[in-house]
Amino acid sequence: MNVVATDLARVVEDAAAYLYVWALKDIPQDLRNAISEARDRETSVPGRRVLETIVRNVEVAERENNIVCQDTGIAVYTCRVGEQFPLHPVRIYAALKAGTERATLEHPLRSNTVHTITRENTGPNTGHRLPIVHWDFVPDWDGLDVKCVPKGSGSENMSFLKMCTPADGVKGIKQFVLESVVGAGGKPCPPGIIGVGIGGSADYAMYLAKEAIARPVGTQNADPEVAKLEAELFQLLNETGIGPMGLGGDVTALAVHVEHADTHMTLNPVAVNYQCWAARRASVHVSAEGEIEYDREF
Amino acid sequence: MAEHRLTFPTTEEEIRKLRAGDLVTIDGHIIGIRDRSHIRIFDHGHEPPLDFQGAFLLHTAPNVRKLGPGKYEPLCVGTTTSARMVRFTEPLGERYGVRAICGKGGLPDEAIEPMRRHGMVYFAIVGGAAALETTQIEEIEEVAWEDLMPECLWKFRVRDFGPLWVGIDSHGNSLFHDVQEQAQKKLEELIARL
Repeated sequence: MNVVATDLARVVEDAAAYLYVWALKDIPQDLRNAISEARDRETSVPGRRVLETIVRNVEVAERENNIVCQDTGIAVYTCRVGEQFPLHPVRIYAALKAGTERATLEHPLRSNTVHTITRENTGPNTGHRLPIVHWDFVPDWDGLDVKCVPKGSGSENMSFLKMCTPADGVKGIKQFVLESVVGAGGKPCPPGIIGVGIGGSADYAMYLAKEAIARPVGTQNADPEVAKLEAELFQLLNETGIGPMGLGGDVTALAVHVEHADTHMTLNPVAVNYQCWAARRASVHVSAEGEIEYDREF
Repeated sequence: MAEHRLTFPTTEEEIRKLRAGDLVTIDGHIIGIRDRSHIRIFDHGHEPPLDFQGAFLLHTAPNVRKLGPGKYEPLCVGTTTSARMVRFTEPLGERYGVRAICGKGGLPDEAIEPMRRHGMVYFAIVGGAAALETTQIEEIEEVAWEDLMPECLWKFRVRDFGPLWVGIDSHGNSLFHDVQEQAQKKLEELIARL
């Protein structure tokens, strides 16, 4: 889809409104394939029925033009802003916020956002510091990429951080991921994507875990050491027996994605950010001229 | 594993027939409830304006469209994680005669004893399968406490609601307890192998 417009702020707002709803309605193909494959290999009777129901649900959502899951989540956006993109990030943020509100009111979508202390609703899926936007800046480029990941609370509540010691090593990392996923049981709607962030600092490890869940199923980390850890964790987690919806079975994880940063010599942080099977994501490219192209990835 | 079809509200006798692991489909009336509506009842001491006797409670906060005063159309109705609301199991059974609690992800072991004592069950639904669940809702008949939107009390009329599994029965059995116990054993093995 190509649209040329001169009002860039309006273009970004329209794109955000579209992305949020699109992500909620349409499960990416890589994930659909992973769920179908999981259904085919699951041997437990309830586990298989759960996965069949999930497949049916994705089809019903498509047929009825409905959102897949009632939890419209917190809208989390990641922006890659080119150095020469003609709209300042301040205006991009305002446009993303306006787009989120418009989508919520026009669809209408359930509004989830509340004040953390009073628990009073703060508006159409926006509020103080909401939506959440992460920024990357790209030199020598005049475009903008936006990815929307609406993250539901069932899986976000199953987020875990441990500051392992250097002596805990990679074994400590693996143990913590295993304990986290087993402890979470059926609560985060397994089988999902297990996002793991290692290194950096406490906050950055969790950010990396969040970044990891937004990767398509089937992708590997470019660093062979990290990719090896992904493969090993995937195998181990699927031996735990938690199974679909925690009812027991062979498939606990559809994928394990690990992202890493280098860290301090005395740090060994590990963060787990669980993503439910309804791992929703959608992206858009915006050119300096206001041309937009919707895409699943950056 | 048996299969059942039940109409709600129901009786203790019907609930006692269900065993952990059974597959169940529901017709009749169910009541949507969530964190804030529980808190209003039990922490703030307000009597619920809907009748909970023999009821099926669904952990939900739906997407709806307002049609008129007190009238809503269901757009997308799904189910939230139950574990957050486990502490209300005992008073729901004892004080109000609730017969079934339905949600996703299971209830912790502290729900087992109240369910045994009061003749209640926990039904596990497929979390996230909300588009499908919505097609099983015929109508939102009543809404109470609209100021808690979307965490109001909702009275839904449903048909072919499911599939649901008896996660915890009224005889002291819990699928979630069993899966967790086995997984913890397996976890020890896996950690020893690292």
